[in-house]
Amino acid sequence: MQGSTIEESKLNLNYHKEAEAHHGHPDHRMFGIFVFLLSDSMTFLGFFAALLIYRSIMPAWPPEGTPELELFIPILNTIILVSSSFVMHRGQTAIKNNDVAGLRLWFGITAVMGAAFLMGQGYEYFHAEFGLTTNLFTSCFFALTGFHGLHVTVGLLLILSVLWRSRDANHYSSSNHFGVEAAEIYWHFVDVIWVILFVLVYLL
Amino acid sequence: MNIPSNIVTLIAGIVLTLISLWYGQNHGLLPIAASNEATQVDELFNLMMTIATGLFLLIEGVLVYILIKFRRREGDTTDGPSIEGNVPLEIVWTAIPAVIVFILSIYSFEVYNAMGGLDPMAAHDMGPKKLAHSHQSELIAFNSENQQLALGLGASPESNQGANPLIINVNGIQYAWVFTYPDTGIVSGELHIPVDRPVQLNISAGDVLHAFWLPEFRIKQDAIPGREVQLTFTPTRIGQYPVICAELCGAYHGGMKTQLYVQTAAEYEQWVQQNTIADGETNQSIAFNSQSTEPDLLAPYAEKIGLEANSLALLHHSHH
Amino acid sequence: MSTSAADTATSQINGHGVEHQPRKWQDYFTFNTDHKVIGIQYLVTAFFFYFVGGALAEVMRTELATPDPDFIQPEFYNQTMTMHGSIMLFLWIIPAGAAFANYLIPLMIGAEDMAFPRLNAVAFWMQPVGGVLLLSSFFVGAPQAGWTSYPPLSLVASKWGEELWIMTILILGTSSILGAINFLTTILTMRIPDMDIHSMPLFCWSMLATSALVLLGTPVLAAALILLSFDLIAGTAFFNPTGGGDPIVYQHMFWFYSHPAVYIMVLPFFGAISEILPVHARKPIFGYRAIAYSSLAIAFLGLIVWAHHMFTSGTPGWLRMFFMATTMIIAVPTGIKVFSWCATLWGGKLNLNSALLFGMGFISSFLIGGLSGVMIASVPFDIHVHDTYFIVAHFHYVLFGGAVLGLFGAVYHWFPKMTGRMVNETWGRIHFILTFIGLNMTFLPMHQLGLQGMNRRVALYDPQFQFLNQVCTVGSYILAVSTIPFVINVVWSLYKGEKAGRNPWRALTLEWQTSSPPIIENFEEEPVLWAGPYDYGIDTESIDGDESVEDMLAEVGAEAP
Ligand code: HEA
Ligand code: HEA
Ligand code: CUA
Ligand SMILES: [Cu+2]
Repeated sequence: MQGSTIEESKLNLNYHKEAEAHHGHPDHRMFGIFVFLLSDSMTFLGFFAALLIYRSIMPAWPPEGTPELELFIPILNTIILVSSSFVMHRGQTAIKNNDVAGLRLWFGITAVMGAAFLMGQGYEYFHAEFGLTTNLFTSCFFALTGFHGLHVTVGLLLILSVLWRSRDANHYSSSNHFGVEAAEIYWHFVDVIWVILFVLVYLL
Repeated sequence: MNIPSNIVTLIAGIVLTLISLWYGQNHGLLPIAASNEATQVDELFNLMMTIATGLFLLIEGVLVYILIKFRRREGDTTDGPSIEGNVPLEIVWTAIPAVIVFILSIYSFEVYNAMGGLDPMAAHDMGPKKLAHSHQSELIAFNSENQQLALGLGASPESNQGANPLIINVNGIQYAWVFTYPDTGIVSGELHIPVDRPVQLNISAGDVLHAFWLPEFRIKQDAIPGREVQLTFTPTRIGQYPVICAELCGAYHGGMKTQLYVQTAAEYEQWVQQNTIADGETNQSIAFNSQSTEPDLLAPYAEKIGLEANSLALLHHSHH
Repeated sequence: MSTSAADTATSQINGHGVEHQPRKWQDYFTFNTDHKVIGIQYLVTAFFFYFVGGALAEVMRTELATPDPDFIQPEFYNQTMTMHGSIMLFLWIIPAGAAFANYLIPLMIGAEDMAFPRLNAVAFWMQPVGGVLLLSSFFVGAPQAGWTSYPPLSLVASKWGEELWIMTILILGTSSILGAINFLTTILTMRIPDMDIHSMPLFCWSMLATSALVLLGTPVLAAALILLSFDLIAGTAFFNPTGGGDPIVYQHMFWFYSHPAVYIMVLPFFGAISEILPVHARKPIFGYRAIAYSSLAIAFLGLIVWAHHMFTSGTPGWLRMFFMATTMIIAVPTGIKVFSWCATLWGGKLNLNSALLFGMGFISSFLIGGLSGVMIASVPFDIHVHDTYFIVAHFHYVLFGGAVLGLFGAVYHWFPKMTGRMVNETWGRIHFILTFIGLNMTFLPMHQLGLQGMNRRVALYDPQFQFLNQVCTVGSYILAVSTIPFVINVVWSLYKGEKAGRNPWRALTLEWQTSSPPIIENFEEEPVLWAGPYDYGIDTESIDGDESVEDMLAEVGAEAP
């Protein structure tokens, strides 16, 4: 139930703003998205908790003999992902001014950045000196980054679908751009999770 | 809501209390208690039983009374009185359970502490170690700083259990218990202990989870592969008691049973003598012949279960 | 299908001038987005799995009539036991709660449908998929590590059955989450304007709490199962000590969900009981706010007690103490409910029909399970009875005596609304009496068995326990028989039952203001909130209470055809 107060106020905003658009039906989708993300964050919480428990009970963490993690690409990836959130936000600002071209531009850049992140991760996977089953740490590494990568992929698909729909210049407007907002909120969520993950897996 | 505050209620209350008090002591549901700790657990249970009986009679009594008293009369289609709440009453029935569970928590804490559950040094969890199936050198070194985690039951702070306990290593495998006496090198399928001397069991498992349960001693502890857990108790009653595996460990989980013999010091010495004479190689065979003291239970399945020599050898290896 | 949205639009525009076409039976077999259709779909599917799960229970009880594994092989016993537990929890009681939530929430708050009708239908259709997947595991060797699936056993016994089990639970868990998103959004945002949160029926409150638990708990189970699946298929060792992992971590993650899950299973029926009792006792619910907020309290506490399932496992002593204390505190909010229900009945004018009988049966048997629950919350005592039949007795009293009796009460109570027909009360009472006797006969002796030393999940046991086990077995046969009058009653009433009218119980919550069964968009016109949900007998002092209720109802229903 935590956080429901924030969501409620969000909802009320949407309630009034988009009430006209849907035949008198208030729009609950934003509320639903928040509830979903709350739930999804619990999945990550589960993974993180497992990781932290292993850390605290194992004599050495990462277990002795684990190859050093290469930090260059992950750091680059972090920079890309974090800045992509800002880039993406410009897209939303654009559509709020009815600037569809701006939306397409900024979302396009975000998509490229997202793809770059995934490619970076792919590179990291293929050049890792360890495998999924090398030891507990490497298993955790692949499970966590992999599950996050899956989320990035979904986020990327959302962005691409916004781009696809925005081919029709009238699809999104300053008063009607739920898809844009949803994709963006999801992307920020994935971003925040990455920062936590990065600290827990790479830095600690 | 008028609470009938007359003689009848008073009498009902007294009767209810008396029945609860009586039943709490005389339910006869528990098996024999064979240690001091078991007696304490029983007293705790008796108290809980008393409270539960009281609450049970109270609420079921109210329900039965309602069932008889407040039935709708034939042809009456009116509503009942519109009572929507009663704050003092609600406070009472919030406060009473709160007090009850407070008392129960404190009391349980006391009993648990007396059983040695909070003894941090004796019962430390050293975290999981890697199971060595072939080479002992694969064991990850213990993290020696990590000893604040208590697992299992240690020495009771009230008694001098800490003094000179008989140490026995217990290993659970599908589907048998293996007891190793490090002092004498005896390996046995049954547990023999002298009466009135503290026993410290170091429990672990060789394959999956098991749980070491002594119903007459009211103690149980999971045997966890890769961890060693301690269970300390002092038997006070001579006799033969079942040792049961209480954690699902496979198809023949139900057959994973053996016996605990609490013996006089002399009898115990004799048993030790008998088993150490046949030193070296033979003591394994002795151990597992004794499985046959439970003929009707496991014998028919022995083949399927496959208590084979190599799995035993393996156990012997990983357990030092 | 998506016609629903279009319909919505029309009925909005035309007001009450639209023709309402009735539901066709085919609709129930399609991807339909009407919450009422979905509710019925959930309910019927759940009942199907109840019979499967019950049949498996009868197999187990038959085996347990004798100490030796002579009826079925021990391995098959474990598979039966695992499937029984998993089916009963994930395919019977949780979906049955969702069934009522789907059917009732929009009606109770005066909405036309759920917030996300299509999502709702998706959530439903995951149920049969999951169910079929789980049942199909019988062909590859069903899982046999218990419904808890503790590794390392779950990693070594029936690999593919176990994997199917994991897939099933992941699917059903996702379904639950999607459902919960819907319930939460609908309840919080779609009430008719006059209904503030404190004049909302208590069932909605309990679904708020339930949904919160689903949303916070289920994802953690999913995480655990994903890791377990890795161990099983990819050879990692998260939970496998042989590779350096730790099985205890799985237990923590599993119970972080599965303890709250027991409240996910029972809270909807707490809510249902709070609806049933006032109507048939003709009295307002006693302590509305206390009951409403105690649901939230239970949900909150439910999130911080999970390790009470691990008192004899790898849980350090001081943690055991913490979890003991938090667990025991749950008795307080639950007690508030139990006492309030009794006070609701007290002094009422009880119409002892099947719904109320099941409601009262619910209180009396849930009480037993609750009392034993507090006992096993006590660490020293739980160390003795953990993983014995005492625990089996505890959870059947809360699950069967609690949730299932509540569910039957709800079925009898809302049957007229769902079908437009009354049930046969005589058959209903017979059903109740048989169930009540069977329930106590099956599960009461299990307490003693556990205390005396009979461990659970065994196919072979010590001969000294044979007598009590046979009592249980006979009891379980009575339970099997008890379902016969129920099935007959439902089928017969569906076709031949007396016509119900819109409000046969003269109840005040909104679902009774529309026709039975309700029309496709629920209400002919926006329903009026003219009374609190439980304002029974409000005017008894001034004028004849009954008159006024009837008057008001007539007024509300005036424009109805
Ligand atoms: C609907 C499901 C449901 C419900 C509601 C509950 C309710 C409770 N359960 Fe239960 N439980 C299960 C389902 C449920 N349980 C299942 C399925 C398992 C086994 C899982 C497995 O291992 O397979 C289990 C196991 C289980 C254990 C672990 C036992 C073990 O394995 O060793 C414990 C231990 O603390 C426990 C405690 C409780 C408590 C304290 C409550 C409380 O919520 C009860 C509160 C209610 C009351 C107390 C009654 C009413 C109150 C009053 C009248 C007030 C006055 C009362 C007092 C002051 C005592 N339960
Ligand atoms: C809501 C949950 C729920 C319900 C309703 C039940 C209902 C029943 N349970 Fe269940 N049970 C569990 C949840 C539930 N159980 C769980 C979670 C476990 C733990 C599993 C584990 O350890 O992993 C368990 C374990 C369990 C055990 C312990 C197994 C063991 O530890 O070895 C036993 C033993 O007697 C048992 C018996 C019964 C019986 C007799 C019923 C009866 O009430 C059933 C009555 C219903 C019927 C009899 C159906 C009637 C219909 C027919 C018989 C006709 C069949 C027809 C067709 C197929 C068309 N159950
Ligand atoms: Cu070993 Cu059960
Ligand atoms: Cu629990």
